[in-house]
Amino acid sequence: MDWTLYIYKTIFLFIILLVTLLVAMYSTYGERKVAAFLQDRIGPNRAGPFGLLQPLADGVKMFMKEEIIPLSANRILFILGPSIAMTTALLTGVVIPWGGTLIIGGREFSMQIADLNIGILYVFAMVSIGVYGIMIGGWASNNKYALYGSIRAASQMISYELAMGLSIVALIITTGSLSLHDIVAQQHDVWNIVRQPLGFLIFIICAFAETNRAPFDLPECETELVGGYHTEYSSMKLGFYLFAEYINMFISAAVISTLYFGGYNMPFIDHLGLSQNAVTLLGTAFLFLKIFFWIFVFMWVRWTLPRFRYDQLMNLGWKGLIPLAIFNILATGVVFYFIELN
Amino acid sequence: MQKLTNRSKVVSDKNMTFLEKIYLPAILKGMAITLSHFFRKKTTISYPEQKRVFSKVYRGQHVLKRDELGRERCTSCGLCAVSCPAEAITMISAERKPGEEHLYREEKYASTYEINMLRCIFCGDCEEACPKEAIFLTDRIVASQYKREPFIYGKDILLEPLDPSKRIDISARQTESVLKFKENKRFAHNK
Repeated sequence: MDWTLYIYKTIFLFIILLVTLLVAMYSTYGERKVAAFLQDRIGPNRAGPFGLLQPLADGVKMFMKEEIIPLSANRILFILGPSIAMTTALLTGVVIPWGGTLIIGGREFSMQIADLNIGILYVFAMVSIGVYGIMIGGWASNNKYALYGSIRAASQMISYELAMGLSIVALIITTGSLSLHDIVAQQHDVWNIVRQPLGFLIFIICAFAETNRAPFDLPECETELVGGYHTEYSSMKLGFYLFAEYINMFISAAVISTLYFGGYNMPFIDHLGLSQNAVTLLGTAFLFLKIFFWIFVFMWVRWTLPRFRYDQLMNLGWKGLIPLAIFNILATGVVFYFIELN
Repeated sequence: MQKLTNRSKVVSDKNMTFLEKIYLPAILKGMAITLSHFFRKKTTISYPEQKRVFSKVYRGQHVLKRDELGRERCTSCGLCAVSCPAEAITMISAERKPGEEHLYREEKYASTYEINMLRCIFCGDCEEACPKEAIFLTDRIVASQYKREPFIYGKDILLEPLDPSKRIDISARQTESVLKFKENKRFAHNK
């Protein structure tokens, strides 16, 4: 491998990191605005024009707060918790294809940092490790509410990861590849949502549960558990937990767009007669449009639906979604068996 | 049995249909409702820039009026303090000296006049009791403070400015019925 590729990948990595952080930052602003608009309010509008500097003000506030580590807490694990949550949240963006290929100086550069042949499994692995951040943080706090929150988070994640994985199995049957790059390339003509509507439904429900967002926000439900796993956290450690949730939401939206909504594919773009670079950049813009739409859906659902009770959550996961996902695999398998016969 | 209203509904505990059991139609319906609110007119009033229009009879911070020549109307009779159910008003009377006729309308005036805004319940009884039309409640808001002391308003805050252009307008609450009441000579303080 030559040096230009290394330099390109490094620069691209930093761009993705910055974009991820920026989007997550403005998701906090977006969440408050969406919440306000859905409730006939205006939302933050004091810091800067339209309140656009609000995330900065929030960040400064978080940094200025007093750092408290409870005396009875395990100091090392207490600090490790938010670090894991943040790190794993940021790692997932590596395998997502953010666009097609750019041509710079006669050379092709892919707008994907790492085209792993097991891209989907990598995403799942990172999301699974993310649970440890919540679990460790909740346990290390030595607080019963935090412990309850982390236990809930762990069991919820395990339950819904199963159904999520099974819904992905059906998707892999249709695509025949685990690489996200291939999956997107195959959706050039038909998006996967058409091939896998049931699988998409299961996947998005599980995505809500995996990101710990309403109506599955039991690990941090304020009404029962004070703050859930981050009850004892303050200052930027708390900020990391909250921020990791928004990064996860962004990544989830990106994964949903990539797996089921054609990623950077844009309908009718081949008929416009644009250059390769323009097509690629337009595709990336279109991907981000999809991502923003799904982030909006995440918020929209949060401010519409009430929280599940814990037994209802487990019922839905084990008795509802997993059988449905298995049925989906069977149906997909049967359909593809007959397609191959003909 | 006869129903009191026709708004009551018959409740049933029938089993849910399949569509109701999967909840998705209901969820989509709920999301449609919240989305309709997204585009609705916002009810927020951005306070310092926009101000809510008060009702005409709103009773806010008091004002001690001056007459047309700029003299204080208050004669320190104490009727407002007596009528005050919250006992928020205190005053100290003083005699007008020769040469002060341009300051005070009557021979007796209030050298200090204090209203404790934390005690005041803004009932408007002081205004009703006043025989000299000296005290009125206006549509101004009593500002919030960090300490208790600043809430005791003295004459420096209550008395309206001498400058005719800066006089406090109290006409909003002087509705027709109020003016009619004030003309009624049956009441002692209107004589």
